Amino acid sequence: MATIFGSGIRRREDPRLITGLATYTDDVALPGLAYAAFLRSPYAHARITKIDTSAAKAAPGVVAVYTAADLEGKTGTVPCAWNPPNCDLKVPAHPILASDKVRYAGDAVALVVAETRAQARDAIDLIDVDYDPLGAEVDPEKAAQPGAPVFHDDVPGNIGFTWSCGGGDAAAEFERAEVKVKLRIVQQRLLPTAIEPRSAVASYNKGTGQLQLWVTSQNPHIHRFLCSLMLKLPEHRIRVVAPEVGGGFGSKIPAYPDEAAVSFASMQLGRPVKWTEDRSENYKCTIHGRDHVEYVEMCGMKDGRITGIRSTVYAGLGAYASTAGPGIPTILHGLVYSGAYEIPHIAVTVHGVYTSGTPIDAYRGAGRPEAAYLVERLVDTFARAAGKDPAAVRHLNFIPKEKFPHTVATGVTYDSGDYGPALDKALALIDYEGFRRRQAEARTQGKYLGIGIGSYIEICGLGPSQVAGAVGFGAGLYDSAIVRVYPTGVVRVYIGASPHGQGEETTFAQVVAQEFGIPVENIEIVHGDTETTPQGWGTYGSRTTAVCGSAVKIAAQRVKEKARKIAAHLLEASEDDLEWTGTAWQVKGVPGTAKSFGDLALAANVAWNLPAGVEPGLEANAFFDPSNFVYPFGTHVCTVEVDGETGEVHIERYVAVDDCGPHINPVIVQGQIHGGVIQGIGEALQEIAVYDDSGQLLSGTMMDYAVPKASQMPHVETDYTVTPSPVNPLGVKGCGEAGTIVSAAAVVNAVVDALAPLGITHIDKPLTPARVWAAIQAAKGGAR
Amino acid sequence: MIPATFEYIRAGSLAQALALLGSHEDAKVIAGGHSLLPVMKFRMAQPGTLIDIARVPELHGIDRHQGDLRIGAATTYRALLQSRLVSEGFPLLHECVEDIGDVQVRNRGTLGGSLAHCDPNSDLPAVMLVLGAKMVCVSAKGTRTVPAAQFFTSAFSSALQDGELLQEIHLPPLPAGAGTCYHTVAQAASGYAMAGAAVVVTKAGGKVTSAKVALTSSGDIGRVVDTSAFVGSDGGDAALAALGAAASALTDATGDLHAPADYRRHLMGVVTRRAAATALSRAK
Amino acid sequence: MKRPVTLQVNGAARTVEVEPRALLVHVLRDELHLTGTHVGCDTSQCGACTVLIDGHAVKSCTTLAVQAEGSAITTIEGLGSPDALHPLQQAFWDKHGLQCGFCTPGVIMTATDLLERNPDPSDEEIRHALEGNYCRCTGYVNIVAAVKAAAATLRAARAAA
Repeated sequence: MATIFGSGIRRREDPRLITGLATYTDDVALPGLAYAAFLRSPYAHARITKIDTSAAKAAPGVVAVYTAADLEGKTGTVPCAWNPPNCDLKVPAHPILASDKVRYAGDAVALVVAETRAQARDAIDLIDVDYDPLGAEVDPEKAAQPGAPVFHDDVPGNIGFTWSCGGGDAAAEFERAEVKVKLRIVQQRLLPTAIEPRSAVASYNKGTGQLQLWVTSQNPHIHRFLCSLMLKLPEHRIRVVAPEVGGGFGSKIPAYPDEAAVSFASMQLGRPVKWTEDRSENYKCTIHGRDHVEYVEMCGMKDGRITGIRSTVYAGLGAYASTAGPGIPTILHGLVYSGAYEIPHIAVTVHGVYTSGTPIDAYRGAGRPEAAYLVERLVDTFARAAGKDPAAVRHLNFIPKEKFPHTVATGVTYDSGDYGPALDKALALIDYEGFRRRQAEARTQGKYLGIGIGSYIEICGLGPSQVAGAVGFGAGLYDSAIVRVYPTGVVRVYIGASPHGQGEETTFAQVVAQEFGIPVENIEIVHGDTETTPQGWGTYGSRTTAVCGSAVKIAAQRVKEKARKIAAHLLEASEDDLEWTGTAWQVKGVPGTAKSFGDLALAANVAWNLPAGVEPGLEANAFFDPSNFVYPFGTHVCTVEVDGETGEVHIERYVAVDDCGPHINPVIVQGQIHGGVIQGIGEALQEIAVYDDSGQLLSGTMMDYAVPKASQMPHVETDYTVTPSPVNPLGVKGCGEAGTIVSAAAVVNAVVDALAPLGITHIDKPLTPARVWAAIQAAKGGAR
Repeated sequence: MIPATFEYIRAGSLAQALALLGSHEDAKVIAGGHSLLPVMKFRMAQPGTLIDIARVPELHGIDRHQGDLRIGAATTYRALLQSRLVSEGFPLLHECVEDIGDVQVRNRGTLGGSLAHCDPNSDLPAVMLVLGAKMVCVSAKGTRTVPAAQFFTSAFSSALQDGELLQEIHLPPLPAGAGTCYHTVAQAASGYAMAGAAVVVTKAGGKVTSAKVALTSSGDIGRVVDTSAFVGSDGGDAALAALGAAASALTDATGDLHAPADYRRHLMGVVTRRAAATALSRAK
Repeated sequence: MKRPVTLQVNGAARTVEVEPRALLVHVLRDELHLTGTHVGCDTSQCGACTVLIDGHAVKSCTTLAVQAEGSAITTIEGLGSPDALHPLQQAFWDKHGLQCGFCTPGVIMTATDLLERNPDPSDEEIRHALEGNYCRCTGYVNIVAAVKAAAATLRAARAAA
């Protein structure tokens, strides 16, 4: 029994998922259900001069057609919930349906509600809209230049904010340093591509005034909060349910205009309305990730010691400031420029720029992969310039373990860490020395073999609420749990977080099973429904286990303490004389006195004989607000062979050694790493959202956006070290994003290493065959 | 994603299919539907009528016929892959089909459907060209046989006339001892070739005695490389390089977001050279 | 114009009135309430909609219901149930072959087709067979392990029979 915590048991959510019996949002069927479809702008930036919906309204099966005029005064706008301080953030209005102007290709112009999916789709073609096209610019650096088209009248120059952070004196250090390197890095737009598209089913009862909204959400409580603003409906009239959610990767954090429009329709019509996006709609309208143009520099000494890093970053916001958009290139990016290293001098400047592209928000890792990528690319570039081995440079600059907790130059305090062993383990697993020998030999034969290292830290387990407030995040970052014990000793746990594939129905049951000494089968984890679960802030930022899991543990401990009181009473003993056997309270050293958890559950719930002052029932709640973020870390190493003729990159091996503290369920942790790594490899090698000059998304379907396939991806070898975090009672650090943080850097470092004999120092990801070939051609031309 | 409305008629026989084709002007023929339905879902194609020929018995079957291999146009890729007549007699076709689309596409997609679609980025036209395939086209007036070289007229346009269907594909036997290879480098998303080459070669006494080379994604459908200099050579590095250069020279595809024009041209040379080298190594 | 279409769905004859343009996936989900089959794309790429038609894995978003008239359709619901899991379902559970589960039914249906054709596939063959099924969660590592495990189970069952 004592080993359930830390055991790789099978997931408890799986039986319904592998048999088709799970309910995702689009599976929700209701009597009288109508279907909605959006008419979306074909232009990136245009003035709307006419909308005529009369033909659509007259079409078969059409129930209603709404445009901005119908919403006027009845709804709010789409809020931005992250306003970093001291950066003069400008948040222009984001209407639910576009009124005067459209600002990206996909901006919603009208909503059709009809009796069937097909009729709604048919009617879209009957809406007549005249547009007066205006200039487009999707590149954030170009959009920030004078003369670029202006997308919002109240944001002249398109600069939404200029934010900086740092510490020490980077300017002076760069003067003084012996070795200096710089790179221009483009962190391309990515399409999150949860395989389940977004969907919303709104059902408004005019009699009760209650809106029930099933929505593909990572955070139903945030959705309730933001929908109340968009719909001007008080929160207690809104029930948000995130049923089964088919992946999010950040893209299901934001509140979108779509669920507000669908809810508005239901409120107007008094009948349920369903909308589910197509994939091509998803690619246009669901948030995108990354989108930075970065000028970055690193400096240090000839002995390999890194002393400074500085940057100027143009971070695309897209057409509007999405829910968490402005916080990602700032707080979640700039604050982690120190990486795993002691770098005394740091200066970061980030310009958040409005463009005519789809809004940018959190995509797996959100800001931290961008930081890890630029830091790790710089470390390799610096090591080469200093004539040092990249592994040795990392070792030399790691923050030593005895320094934790450690405050880095950007001002954040790392909770715990021991970075050297993870690097050593990864190098041993991949046989670093052996590979270097093999590489040297291959080079004599004209073959391009390379090895890439990425060492990372990330800031996650978001986070203390006080810090959330200080950094302008418009929400709390605690989480919550109610542990309710039924008379027969079975348990339901209601949690504020909202897992959607991460397996917390299993891991949290393991936490509770460990506390109570009962089988996991006797425990059920309930999530995703604002009506039944306590206020929480959702599943993102690798926070669910660190924050909500801690709340679960604390609530369970409170239950256990109450059970102890009752046991002491029943045994006529002092509480201090009792001991927990693992499954029961008993008088110390007297096994015959054991009161099992089940006995005490019954006693508490029937309340026939309770101690004075003890209330009936056996349940407890807890709100856990951590004292700090957690900082998982690790090192990934990969080896590649580059085909010098075709530019194709073949990953030979990929090794990930991560430290996310103790593993509650090691199999689940490993699965999180696998998926994260492959997303990072996709980013490194093949994923990119491409727009044309007029702002049309060219990679608008899966025919052109290269989601990694099984046949393209390597096996991922994993190992780990364990360094507990002191900031939560489980000691855990979060593993959901870990795999993605540094994997793109490891792969690109490997390819650049392979091509180093040609003098290649950098290639922007994704390293498609065409790009790699072009880089080789340019290098060969340059050498001539 | 829902297509616009249309009328649907399933043909039970070849005669019925041809009659329907004659009487429905805005009709499109559907077999597996894996080229047509995706564009219909995006409403880029809105035919008034679909004539389903998937179950027309005369369009199925793989057998030997007058020395050729005869393949019914509605034969699925899956059936091709499972046919020993194909894998043993035409390993080139097997090799090509193995990588078309994915399992699900191969289970539904048909040889004739793909060929009639004439997508210049499709793998099969090049293979048909080097195999010297003959296309049997049928209409109410009867049948005619069109060599592959004349069948693929231009991108998305075949020699099929109004009221005509592709009924069978006939493949003459490979020359004795021939080595074959189909080699592509695919774009990562769709799996379509950025460049591809199909090769059939024979050799004797250290010399190349015959060679046929055709290209995929070269800019137009049905491009065949002039192999006159390659034939008679030793098939060594220099000869292969020259063959690759000829393939590059023949490639004028415009760039797209996966393969800029210069890269595609270069890549065509590489895949052609590699395909030819592999084919030579397989020749006996 | 709607017309009756009869399909053998998970062993039972089902007749539905549908327009010719109705996609098989929509008929399964909206008319027959078999919502285990999902839609993840619109270009026949992702494979979330994979079902078996007469034993062959097919993307039901690229198949009209009328095209399937008279065919035997097997969906994930017909493969096995929680109290009688198919060896593939069991293996996906045992090997942690899924996370969010959205792609899983389609992956399992394609794997069914694979193991029918190839009872002992290598890792590479499994990865090739699953290139038409996108998973964004697992990185495919445990999916490959699950299919291998299921193959072993099925082989053992066959040997014992």
